[in-house]
Amino acid sequence: MSALHKPLPVHLQDMQQEIEQHACDFGLDFFPILYEVLDYKTMNEVAAYGGFPTRYPHWRFGMDYEKLSKSYEYGMSKIYEMVINTNPSYAYLLEGNSLVDQKLVMAHVCGHVDFFKNNYYFSKTNRKMIDGMANHASTVRRHMRAQGQSVVEDFIDVCLSIENLIDPMSLFIARSPKPSTSKPKEAAETPRIEAKGYMEEYINPPEFMEAQRQKIEQEEELKKKYPEEPQRDVLQFLLEAAPLADWERDCLEVIRNEAYYYAPQAMTKIMNEGWATYWHSKILTTKALKGSEVVDYADACAGVLATAPGQLNPYKLGVELLRNIEMRWDKGQFGKEWDECDSMAVKASWDRRLGLGRAKIFEVRKLYNDITFIDEFFTLDFCIEQKFYSFGYNERASSWEIMSRDFEKVKKQLLDALTNRGQPVIRVVDANHGNTGELLLKHDHEGVDLDMGHAKDTLENLHKVWKRPVRLLTLVEEKRKMLRHGEDGYSEAAADTSD
Amino acid sequence: MSQKIDLDQRRFRKIIRGKIKDNLRKYISNGDMIARKGKDTISIPLPSVDIPRFKHGGKQQGGVGQGEGEVGDSLGKDGEEQPGGPGEAGDRPGEHLVEVDVSLDELAEILGEELALPRIEPKGSEKIVSHKDRYSGIRTTGPESLKHFRRTYKEALKRQISTGTYNKKNPIIIPIKDDKRFRSWKSIPLPQSSAVIIYMMDVSGSMGDEQKEIVRIESFWLDTWLSSQYKGIESRYIIHDAMAREVDRDTFFSTRESGGTMISSAYKLCSKIMEEEYPSDEYNIYPFHFSDGDNWSVDDTTSCVEILNAQILPNSNQFSYGQVESPYGSGQFIKDLRENFSETENLVTSEIKGKDAIMDSIKEFLGQGK
Repeated sequence: MSALHKPLPVHLQDMQQEIEQHACDFGLDFFPILYEVLDYKTMNEVAAYGGFPTRYPHWRFGMDYEKLSKSYEYGMSKIYEMVINTNPSYAYLLEGNSLVDQKLVMAHVCGHVDFFKNNYYFSKTNRKMIDGMANHASTVRRHMRAQGQSVVEDFIDVCLSIENLIDPMSLFIARSPKPSTSKPKEAAETPRIEAKGYMEEYINPPEFMEAQRQKIEQEEELKKKYPEEPQRDVLQFLLEAAPLADWERDCLEVIRNEAYYYAPQAMTKIMNEGWATYWHSKILTTKALKGSEVVDYADACAGVLATAPGQLNPYKLGVELLRNIEMRWDKGQFGKEWDECDSMAVKASWDRRLGLGRAKIFEVRKLYNDITFIDEFFTLDFCIEQKFYSFGYNERASSWEIMSRDFEKVKKQLLDALTNRGQPVIRVVDANHGNTGELLLKHDHEGVDLDMGHAKDTLENLHKVWKRPVRLLTLVEEKRKMLRHGEDGYSEAAADTSD
Repeated sequence: MSQKIDLDQRRFRKIIRGKIKDNLRKYISNGDMIARKGKDTISIPLPSVDIPRFKHGGKQQGGVGQGEGEVGDSLGKDGEEQPGGPGEAGDRPGEHLVEVDVSLDELAEILGEELALPRIEPKGSEKIVSHKDRYSGIRTTGPESLKHFRRTYKEALKRQISTGTYNKKNPIIIPIKDDKRFRSWKSIPLPQSSAVIIYMMDVSGSMGDEQKEIVRIESFWLDTWLSSQYKGIESRYIIHDAMAREVDRDTFFSTRESGGTMISSAYKLCSKIMEEEYPSDEYNIYPFHFSDGDNWSVDDTTSCVEILNAQILPNSNQFSYGQVESPYGSGQFIKDLRENFSETENLVTSEIKGKDAIMDSIKEFLGQGK
């Protein structure tokens, strides 16, 4: 990004210094932050671009912009803060916000940047993504000039359709493939029919054994699959194995690259927002707010932390859980003794005065993602205190209803929703299914069916990439189904376990 | 920077308009757009502008929420989205339907383009009175663009004086959120309209819910188009079975009588209203009649023809008859009309076979530019 359009006005520079000083005093550790003040139109534009000054040309950014503009113009919502995961980090302030608002934003931003810098799941992201996005944009534009805008745009639509088929955890967990089947099978023995020693030659004559051995070797050859292990990074697989033109490959790479860049944000939304909220609250209420500003601050916060029925507010969940952890570690409410204590009264007055809370939450922000965060720290007490419930759709009443306040159910529902960023797990299983070059994918069904309309269209898009028929194995209403998109269009068939 | 997003936005809008035009038919059939929200914009659900991807089927999932409530309490109908909270951009857009606010005028324009409707040439003296909004009101909430500075500061001053924080020697006034005041508008009502639509509907037992729905949808579009052609238009509603009576709009769409059908009763009432209240040299009159075509008797039909000839047709811009199909109706009436009025220019008939035929029917009605 070229030099900032306008230098920050002096009073905001001073404010930034003050807030960042407090943040550092508290132990926050962040990349240098560069602020820019934008009017609401520009703010909406930048927001539509995901916080970057430019992206590849595509109508979806126009759509996001439209939504954001309407939302703002009708007084429905306002973007308070925007900050991107880069070094240095760029952040934006909305012109016309009150001073209290700006303070809040700055403190909040410090929290976010500290999170980006220190959370494990961000450790592999490209901090120079400003350049990255610009490169992506020029690559796409170059291809649009050569191939035509619509052609490239349509292909990008196809890529976006499958952009969730990635494997972010693969950056952190080595997914080692099984040893290659091309190694001689010394260990495997040709099966023999049981025979007493003197009968051996008659029951298992050498010629027979040789023929059997050859047969087994042939079968092994046929079985050799590509990919050898089902692969979740479908985009990577397609880049390697699909018959793509060079420009198509470039575009798919752009999409894959950006998907990986954003994946950690999706994996840590609750924690990240909670962390930033925790700090803006801490910094403002203990250090930076003047008495006269408190009411405005409370007002602004109330909006951010409001919970609407049937919705989960990640800010609220995140910050409350962090505070809960801090309280527990300050008071020593953890460990074997605590877990085994079953007296409400004892638990209520438990206070070992360990003061480990602050350090603990710093550790949490470093090592956890939303799933591990919830899994470990979302306890029964917390659930009850925060009045969580799980809800579902009641067909008969045609409305959403509270289903349960049962802790196990609520927690499971929460975790289910977070697993794989809420996306179904799809793997590439076979690039040569039925020996006809058909691509076979499998959906790991965890109790929720796929949206069939979408699945149909997505398969069509996969077909456009793979250029030969593609199949998806899944469960529909508890029955195994094979969905297929080929030259003759879409079809569904019951599948048995041999597929 | 603004240049680039403009391009993307225009591209999006082009696609949307392509979709609006293409799927206008689809939307008419679904009848999703009748509600009026706000001043005169309505939200139209559009077909998926979102990109398909592998995702979980919606209804099975549910989720987790916080707050008060007992097990079994309802949380509201289908996914009412609560806008709010700062957005974290960078996530993928994923709603199934995108609502784009289109004003009724724009909508009428699109309809006009799609159906190649000619502009109406109003007859008689045009007493078109335009309808201005005066921003003369004040309210306490609103968007920033309508902020009323003087009033806001006045409120702040009042507050400061009353709480004693006002310092004459150093008069700095800083408004807080509660001080903010916003302009609001008042609509000046029309003194006189220059067009009137008289809707007549057969509500005998043979007109079922589906048939009524078709009429409802069709009348919405007729209303929209005609409103865009005239600045100010009145609508009157007559329902009939063996007898006719005038009702309000809501009743028009929800009644179910079950008598026999005497269409002449409606025509009589219609012509009475026309005579008494809408002199034809001042008004552009559009009677619309919807029925399933099963009139009581040949005599009654003859009666209708008479009334049409003598009173209704000479005074209307255009009389339109739409026949919906129903399993009970004989569909005879439309044939009779066509026989009797094949030469008459300002009588138009149309058969509406089902929801999908609504668009074609509208084109038949409005395609003449009367």
